[in-house]
Amino acid sequence: MPLWMWQAAACNAESVSQRGQAIKGYAFSCSGRATHPCDQPRAKRRPRERRHARYNGGEFIDSKPMTTVPSSDTILQFADVALGYGDHTVLSGISLEARKGQVVALMGGSGSGKTTLLRAATAQILAQKGRVAAFGQDIAQMEGEALRQLRQRMGVLFQQGALFTDLNVFENVAFPLREHTRISESQIYERVLEKLDAVGLKAAAHLRISEISGGMARRVALARAIVLEPELILYDEPFAGLDPISLGITARLIRDLTDKLGCASVLITHDVNESFAIADQVYMVGQGKLIAQGSPTELSASQNPYVRQFLDGQPDGPIAFHYPVSPAFTTWLEQRKGRRP
Amino acid sequence: MTTPFKAISSLGSRVRSGVSNLGAFMRLAGAILVRSGTAIRRARLVSQQVHFIGNHSLLIIAVSGLFVGFVLGLQGYYTLSRYGSEEALGMLVALSLTRELGPVVTALLFAGRAGTSLTAEIGLMKAGEQLAAMEVMAVDPIRRVLVPRFWGGVIAMPVLAAVFSMVGVIGGWVVGVLLIGIDPGAFWSQMQEGVDVINDVLNGFIKSVVFGIAVTLVALHAGWTARATPEGVSRATTRTVVVSSLLVLGLDFVMTALMFS
Repeated sequence: MPLWMWQAAACNAESVSQRGQAIKGYAFSCSGRATHPCDQPRAKRRPRERRHARYNGGEFIDSKPMTTVPSSDTILQFADVALGYGDHTVLSGISLEARKGQVVALMGGSGSGKTTLLRAATAQILAQKGRVAAFGQDIAQMEGEALRQLRQRMGVLFQQGALFTDLNVFENVAFPLREHTRISESQIYERVLEKLDAVGLKAAAHLRISEISGGMARRVALARAIVLEPELILYDEPFAGLDPISLGITARLIRDLTDKLGCASVLITHDVNESFAIADQVYMVGQGKLIAQGSPTELSASQNPYVRQFLDGQPDGPIAFHYPVSPAFTTWLEQRKGRRP
Repeated sequence: MTTPFKAISSLGSRVRSGVSNLGAFMRLAGAILVRSGTAIRRARLVSQQVHFIGNHSLLIIAVSGLFVGFVLGLQGYYTLSRYGSEEALGMLVALSLTRELGPVVTALLFAGRAGTSLTAEIGLMKAGEQLAAMEVMAVDPIRRVLVPRFWGGVIAMPVLAAVFSMVGVIGGWVVGVLLIGIDPGAFWSQMQEGVDVINDVLNGFIKSVVFGIAVTLVALHAGWTARATPEGVSRATTRTVVVSSLLVLGLDFVMTALMFS
């Protein structure tokens, strides 16, 4: 099925009612979304609005604790959050939010802590400081069944795809449906092929994971992430490894899904062109903090040297290409020199 | 720090690490048993694992059983012939297999074939973020991945031990009756007379179930706690073979002492 047909199908009221009846503990009991967003009056939806930019005339923005009160539309919120592993802090003073119908891009150099943000959003790690809230609930306070319910409202595209290698393409996409719904086999069949068609892989449904390319694997993972039509979708490097055609279609798919479902989409990406084309709000992280934020237009006009270096791909600037020399490295180097004959 | 203190410190560290690992192992075993309702509710997942673990181990078990039966037939004949009791060869082969060799050798082969496979599979799932993905998808990986594999191993092990013993008896018959020329009637009647269903077959079955539990748990724990690197998975598979083999032999001694003393 071509993309435009799939988009039309996504708004099909029949599939909405199927979803409503079928998914146990999903969406309706938790979100209060009694109907599909596509059935709501258009004015109530919030596609592509440029909202809540804390950008200040293209100037450098220090990351500050968020002082705004989250609205009922806020799906994901980080408030003055510090994140890290053990005693090591990767990011601090992070404040950001993603709202219904909004595509938010988190950008930054390699190793800047973008994936750490995703792990915090999915409660894989807890904040060292501050508050991470999803659907208005503090993630740190949730465990057991409550956390499980919360995660059922999220879809995550992992950086490496994380496809189940013992299942074929069809079964990978069907996995969340089989685990969280009681819909019939024929409904699973239709839903899975619909999503695979959306990512252009309907005819690859029978293949094993070892038989598909890396780019195809990412598209299958994307289909799996959206098959339950979650309210919050987190994409970790969704454009990595895709050819230009797949890249453009995937970007449009993310934007259209966000608009159609009224969900919040958070992209973790390096890809400036594609993410700026579809994002409502962009956050840039680096040097252990939030460097800049604003709409793509505002960031494109920014004179902030960090933003300019990142967007223009300049070799010189505040982002160092070389890993910084540490005392541990110096000690190791001295020991190596001592060993030489 | 002086050498004696270093040695004491090292010993303490090893003991503490051992106790900690044992605690983690028992906690994982408890978590699997608590979640075992999945094995009944989703029996298909278990049957898939029985097929995967059992079917793929069948050939090596059957071939090994045959050769062990051949050797038992030869060695048994040489020993029994000294006392003019060659006719008791059938009983000797059957008792050796049902009481000891069937469960023990099957468990050792099971550890090498299915145990390493389970460890590598779980370890690679961990390395490929598949377990993390499951968790984020609100699917409990212990319930979905470990429980079916555990019960698959526990069910497959006694079946494989039975196959091993049956093929071993056939091997003993081939050597004793067909090659050496012992009377077939004496071979089978002595076996029928000397093997007790409760004392020998049932005890052998219990042993094989216990070995199945032990080997499968060790394999799953090793995969679950493996470092998410190729080297980590490699170490975990080695650990599975070493630990489960020693555990099988230790448990065999304890159970033999309890069952046949």
